[in-house]
Amino acid sequence: MIAVIRFPGSNCDEDARYALERLGGDARMVWHREAGLGRADAVILPGGFSYGDYLRTGAMAAQSPVMAAVRDFAERGGPVLGICNGFQVLTESALLPGALARNERPHFLCRTVRVRVERDDLIFTSGCRKGEVLELPIAHAEGSYYADPETLARLEARGGVAFRYCGGAGDDDAAQSPDARGNPNGSVAAIAGVVNERGNVLGMMPHPERAVEGLLGGSDGRRLLEGFLARLGSSTVNASGPSAVEA
Amino acid sequence: MIDAGQRPNAAVFGLTEEEFDQVVVLLGREPKVLEAAMFGALWSEHCGYKNSRPLLKMLPTRGPQVLQGPGENAGVVDIGEGRAVAFKMESHNHPSAVEPVQGAATGVGGILRDIFAMGARPVAVLDALRFGPLDHPRDGERNRWLLAGVVEGISHYGNAIGVPTVGGEIAFHPSYSQNPLVNVMAVGFMRHEELQSGTVGGPGNRLVYVGSRTGRDGLGGAVFASADLSSSSEADRPAVQVGDPFLEKLLLEATLEAIERRLVVGVQDMGAAGLASSVGEMAYRAGLGVDLWLDRVPRREPEMSPLEVMLSESQERMVLTVLPERVGELLELLRFWELDAVEIGEVRAGGRLRLFDGDELCGDMPVAALNEAPSYRREGRESPDMVEFRERALKVDVPADLHAVLARLLASPTIGSKRPVFERYDHQVMTNTVVVPGAADAAVLRVKGTALGVALSVDCNARYVGLDPYEGARHAVAEAARNVACVGARPLAITNNLNFGNPTRPEVYFQLEQAVLGLRDACLALDTPVTGGNVSLYNQYRDDAGRVVSVLPTPTVGMVGVLRDVSRHATMGLKRAGDVIVMVGPQAAELGASEYLAVVHGIEAGRPPHLDLDLEHRLHRSLVSCIDEGFCDTAHDCSEGGLAVALAEMAIAGDRGCDVVLDEYEYEGAARPDVLLFGEAPSRVLLAVRADLVDRVGSLFSREGVPSAVLGTVGGTTLRIRVGGERLDAEVAELRGHFERPLREALS
Repeated sequence: MIAVIRFPGSNCDEDARYALERLGGDARMVWHREAGLGRADAVILPGGFSYGDYLRTGAMAAQSPVMAAVRDFAERGGPVLGICNGFQVLTESALLPGALARNERPHFLCRTVRVRVERDDLIFTSGCRKGEVLELPIAHAEGSYYADPETLARLEARGGVAFRYCGGAGDDDAAQSPDARGNPNGSVAAIAGVVNERGNVLGMMPHPERAVEGLLGGSDGRRLLEGFLARLGSSTVNASGPSAVEA
Repeated sequence: MIDAGQRPNAAVFGLTEEEFDQVVVLLGREPKVLEAAMFGALWSEHCGYKNSRPLLKMLPTRGPQVLQGPGENAGVVDIGEGRAVAFKMESHNHPSAVEPVQGAATGVGGILRDIFAMGARPVAVLDALRFGPLDHPRDGERNRWLLAGVVEGISHYGNAIGVPTVGGEIAFHPSYSQNPLVNVMAVGFMRHEELQSGTVGGPGNRLVYVGSRTGRDGLGGAVFASADLSSSSEADRPAVQVGDPFLEKLLLEATLEAIERRLVVGVQDMGAAGLASSVGEMAYRAGLGVDLWLDRVPRREPEMSPLEVMLSESQERMVLTVLPERVGELLELLRFWELDAVEIGEVRAGGRLRLFDGDELCGDMPVAALNEAPSYRREGRESPDMVEFRERALKVDVPADLHAVLARLLASPTIGSKRPVFERYDHQVMTNTVVVPGAADAAVLRVKGTALGVALSVDCNARYVGLDPYEGARHAVAEAARNVACVGARPLAITNNLNFGNPTRPEVYFQLEQAVLGLRDACLALDTPVTGGNVSLYNQYRDDAGRVVSVLPTPTVGMVGVLRDVSRHATMGLKRAGDVIVMVGPQAAELGASEYLAVVHGIEAGRPPHLDLDLEHRLHRSLVSCIDEGFCDTAHDCSEGGLAVALAEMAIAGDRGCDVVLDEYEYEGAARPDVLLFGEAPSRVLLAVRADLVDRVGSLFSREGVPSAVLGTVGGTTLRIRVGGERLDAEVAELRGHFERPLREALS
């Protein structure tokens, strides 16, 4: 079972559940005031505007009761995937390094972008190959990844970048410099997704749950989530299952 | 009690002297200040429709598809498989003119509440926006500020609450310079059995207030111009309400859960005129009365008077009716969602609204009187200026450079790409968006758990309406229905937003009356009844000479259509080299009232093009079956800018060129290349069809008596049009540059 954490103001929680169930997964909503995750095999922190994003995006959510359980779960090696606002919650909780700042052009931006897979050895990315380019939707105003030079160097050195924005044939934003092509928000080193050292906590700005059906214009997110579900289902990976926190 | 001898000017309450006298008769005494203010608010145009109601009664509102017509928070139509769509459009023109970000944001918030009050989950927002020219010498800067602010407000509210903004239209005209139009349409999905009513049910039921606390926001306007009406100073009151999408998201989830658990008898949004109108309407629908305990209403500020509590327009508030024995359960649910919720009243027999502040009875009015505003049928008279503009002989030279004309039209803000705006809206959240904004003539959503799709469009060519209100309103309905049919959906029903000037001016009343007649006739002909709408009057501005001028009359139409199988839909982009371009519809194009005439020649005159509604209806039927049969997945109607702009848009959207010859395309009496290329006429749709299906498509349309003609083929990277002896060749990439420019520059 995958626990989808629901903060007041989450709005991609149902989308995540729908996508997971469509791909054969079993999802359960966990309200932010709950102190446990039940028998979760994995956790998804969905997109949205948790607590209205009134303090800083993700900052209030990081202090919620359920995040203590998520932290505990992650420390035991349980896989945690944060998407969009969920990524922001993970950096605010210091489960991932760096921060997400206001987009370079300071507006909300909703479009399909290309990201290159930089790690295919993670439980989350086993359905993809390194170097492969995925087309995934983004929808955020504060998705510009930032880390100070030292942190960034460490992150790069340990292979902590899981996805990077990249230009492509469909990139028509001629106003941008060639370096910035395909980087929709000014993220440092075009970083779109970051994984922790242990490899079990991933944050990403693009929305794979929005790209699981051809009818909606794309299915690259499907491969990502299917690979994740397949690995969760296989016994070899189930590090978190038995030790999962009981509600 | 107001002493008759010292009666304040009735205008203070937004009432005429005659209306004030009527209130005295209805009450059998002089009203208290609170009561007079409530009558003023509920008898206003916004709540009471006093100038428009006799006209609105002429609109067709019935049909087998209509589950809920006008009179509730929103209309509801049946889409099959036990599912239904709730939808409504509302304006926030005046607040947006003052404070565009919050004005537009609260416009979104308000109309979303109307949708979930019906028991439907909001799934989409569309906006019809009108601004003055962005490059206007005097007002350009302000117009750009208004555009940026309105877009920011819609983006802020819709994105945060997690309802996608899937479409809309934006047009520019000098008449909107000081009075932009912000019309928001919201759409929700539901099962038939979830349909709610904004009612108090029966005597003994309790009313529960839930949501934001009540503040002094929204207390502006004529009713409050008198200093003695309030316990606080004028300066303390923000004129425009502030929206909180986070709170509304909680309110949305809590309300839908209460409905799902069958905890509530009735649901009502608190919109304009706040508690006064919401409780008044709920009681009126049930023919009952209510005792309201004002001292229990949660407040944001100390020392608010009963009047302020009753008429506050604080956002994100609802009233729920509940059986007395279930109050506790309901409050528990609402508090789980971290909302303020209190019991504020009880339903009584007898039809009176009684307001208590502690033990003091501070107001006591008949519910029916409050809700039955007087209405006025006025004399309309067309402005002689308009007659002259419409009948003027149009004499313009054929431009030497047709390529430059196309570039100029594509780069005009009304025609140009709206992508820089749509990209600021989350248009994919909820994962139902099959056709994203700008990709087709209408938005398409799938309905999870079914094969169905829902198509949505908002439309109005206000220049047509300005030059001929009756014809223009017919065009608005026809175009909205055509847009929905162009994605493969059967048009079902409309909502509308009538944006006009001051109705006491005969030339404005004429426009309003004629436009309503036009809506009526088109809705009857196309079998798309009206399920609700909104009226916004007094949209006007002062010109350079200080004269009051009305905005272009703008009856915005919001259309809902249904696709039997959502996987079979069409978009506008050219998809395959070798496809054949087929024009279906009448072989005509006219100069009158066209965008070409306005943009290139600076002339806004002439008659809107001829519209045959019977042909239009047959066109829609054949389009829907053509797309549903799988014969065609590429369609786009010819609207502003005519055939050449439509072809260019298809080429840009599909990133492909095409080769088209108009020589064999026989226009009636119009041999001029500029008219052939840029002239306008309704009921014309361009299709791109696989070569082996062209004959079947042609016969499908001819069975319905709709003419069709092969114009050319898809291929290459250039748009090539041969027209008479002339050529228009342009690289698609170059055209995209023109098309993408105007709004990107304005919003950067």
